[in-house]
Amino acid sequence: MSLEPGTYFFSGNEAVAEAALLAGCRFFAGYPITPTSELAERMARRLPQVGGVFIQMEDEIGSIMAIIGASWGGLKAMTATSGPGFSLMQESIGFAAMTETPIVVCNVQRAGPSTGMPTYVGQGDVMQAKWGSHGPYEIIALSPSSVQECFDMTIRAFNLSEKYRVPVILLMDERLSHLYEKVRVPSKNELIIINRKKPREKKGFLPYKADDDLVPPMPPVGEGYHFHVTGLTHDERGYPHMDPEVQESLIRRLNDKIRKHVDDIVEIDTFMMDDADIAIVAFGSVVRPSIRAIKLSRERNIRAGLIALKTIWPFPDKFFEDISSRINTFIVAEINYGQVVREVKRAIGDKAKVLLLPKMGGALHTPEELLDILMREAK
Amino acid sequence: MINNQKQKTQTIQVKRRGIVYLVKDRCKGCGFCIEFCPMGVLKPSKDFNAQGYHYPILVEEPPNKVCIACGFCTVICPEFAIYAEPMEEEKK
Amino acid sequence: MPMQFVKYHVRDKYLKTDRLPHIWCPGCGIGSILNAFLLGLEKANIDPDKLLVVSGIGCTGRVAGYLNMDTFHTTHGRAIPFAIGLKIARPDMHVVVFSGDGDLVTIGGNHFIHAARRNNDLLVILVNNLNYGMTGGQVGATTPHNAITTTTPYGNIEDDFNIPFLAAAAGAVYVARWTSLHVRRLAWSIAEAFHRKGFRLIEVISQCPTTFGRRNKMPNGLDMLKWFRDNTIVKHNADLRETRIELNRKIVIGKFIDIKDKPTFEEQAYGLVEKVRGVKRGE
Repeated sequence: MSLEPGTYFFSGNEAVAEAALLAGCRFFAGYPITPTSELAERMARRLPQVGGVFIQMEDEIGSIMAIIGASWGGLKAMTATSGPGFSLMQESIGFAAMTETPIVVCNVQRAGPSTGMPTYVGQGDVMQAKWGSHGPYEIIALSPSSVQECFDMTIRAFNLSEKYRVPVILLMDERLSHLYEKVRVPSKNELIIINRKKPREKKGFLPYKADDDLVPPMPPVGEGYHFHVTGLTHDERGYPHMDPEVQESLIRRLNDKIRKHVDDIVEIDTFMMDDADIAIVAFGSVVRPSIRAIKLSRERNIRAGLIALKTIWPFPDKFFEDISSRINTFIVAEINYGQVVREVKRAIGDKAKVLLLPKMGGALHTPEELLDILMREAK
Repeated sequence: MINNQKQKTQTIQVKRRGIVYLVKDRCKGCGFCIEFCPMGVLKPSKDFNAQGYHYPILVEEPPNKVCIACGFCTVICPEFAIYAEPMEEEKK
Repeated sequence: MPMQFVKYHVRDKYLKTDRLPHIWCPGCGIGSILNAFLLGLEKANIDPDKLLVVSGIGCTGRVAGYLNMDTFHTTHGRAIPFAIGLKIARPDMHVVVFSGDGDLVTIGGNHFIHAARRNNDLLVILVNNLNYGMTGGQVGATTPHNAITTTTPYGNIEDDFNIPFLAAAAGAVYVARWTSLHVRRLAWSIAEAFHRKGFRLIEVISQCPTTFGRRNKMPNGLDMLKWFRDNTIVKHNADLRETRIELNRKIVIGKFIDIKDKPTFEEQAYGLVEKVRGVKRGE
């Protein structure tokens, strides 16, 4: 049984697990890793209760390949990991992108690189989430900043992965995964659940011929479609085809099916931006001290606002282009040495000043640190 | 060893006869069917196929040197080019 | 009766014939093994629509792409974990992993032993051509001691995996080994293995004349098949400590392990569902 509607007290890890079940996830493959083991543990307990299967694999590569296999078998499937495991999954993320396999990967970011600080927060995997596998491809990455958002965005992650047949990465961080908060679970008729399109007819079916939305219907196995799935460059029949023209049209479509639907995919939260002339750009846990800093700055008559990125990939270029004319300074606060700041600069160009407020990992920015830079820059 | 078998088979009374079929242009000339045919009924052609290989053909038939439709060529052929089947009246 | 020139082969119904000729070199054994697999499939009376074939990367990795079924060509070394997910999602289907030695026991060795340990319900056809063929003939974990490859130009100083021993030790319920010459016995073994459940391994020693044979005094496919003919010994239930492949010793082939009725991972996982929910599946 999935969760009944109502109010619950969950950690971020638990909220993701419960939301996944509600979204229809019936297979989880994972490998233990701090700080996301509780997610796997909850799945191990809960999946059999809803008729699903949990498997603990021998490593993260096996985990992600198992969920890709299960997705082709018709199940909604997810895995969860953190930095070191996420690094191991990169080749397979490229495979899922190339074969247009709906999967959800929850990456709870911790301080890195390497083993780093396993039990402390980090946000250093933003670029890896987008560029971690080789070759040009697009994925979707969502970034929650509260336990409620962990819950809501997990359902959204499944919906987007099914709709666009793309890996969706839930880019969490350690603070959120261990934070306990109130979560409101919506009723059945409030829930929106999207399932992959199926082919309309078998005759003349081409497994990789896309509809107008650039997404091809996904054939079920065992029904006589006789389709072939390969990570090699393939034509509309799904046959390997080593030809620059085939590569051109396939890879363009794989990227464009995301790029052309940015408006559908991207979500941004703003706080006190209506009259702001200086803005903090934040995502994940850093959104929380940022809200406090904005409130403190308003008490000091600084017209500051907050842009909270809920979708990091595809990056909300258009939002920043539009807003850049009325903001003098953007302060990008992130727990790394400058990743999202590059995207903000790229989107804005020289229309405004863009500053980085980095943290190397292990702790959030304090509201005071954020307030200090706002006061300095607002002068 | 194989050659000894060939010698023997020539004296065996043939109980069923087969027909050898060939999808000529699939052949890559590996020679497996020729080498391992227990009756020794195949040899390489002088002609080339479309891929440029010498495909198998039947030897000039001495008595008894005939296909018995054992099907070994059918299964050893890596190219899905050759197969043998019993003659129609044999199937009954 | 003269030879009949035709356009179709008896196995064509199982193949994506518009993709033929396949990419394998003249004299390669993979085509013969694929052919024997299809014969085994037919003998076992398996509906191709109830069969899913998963391959990894490499020469044998290309098998999936030629089959007129639902097939998957995955990443290097990861055919088994992909197949594990697929089988859990569709326990009603037969899932076959058809891949090479480099893919399954070198880069993918960890998945191999763990799938055997868990008894994931997969039939694994492992084509062992003793080297990395597609990349030009480098040494692998299956290359015999002293063999010459492009990365062991002075002879291989490492020992190779004894695959049947490895699989059996890890828990495989069916273990057999044949060669690309023993296609009839191979087909029979495949047919038998289709009617077992759990982690089943059939190793097929194959010839790679282009990159392995050429450097080891067997420059074409026929030379290597003759080597298999003259240097193999059929020994069912052999002591698996004696099944290592050495260039100057007889290779032991046969059926080594056949354990029936060991519960599979899938049976136990869905059994857990019933136990936890207190109802039969589907209710």
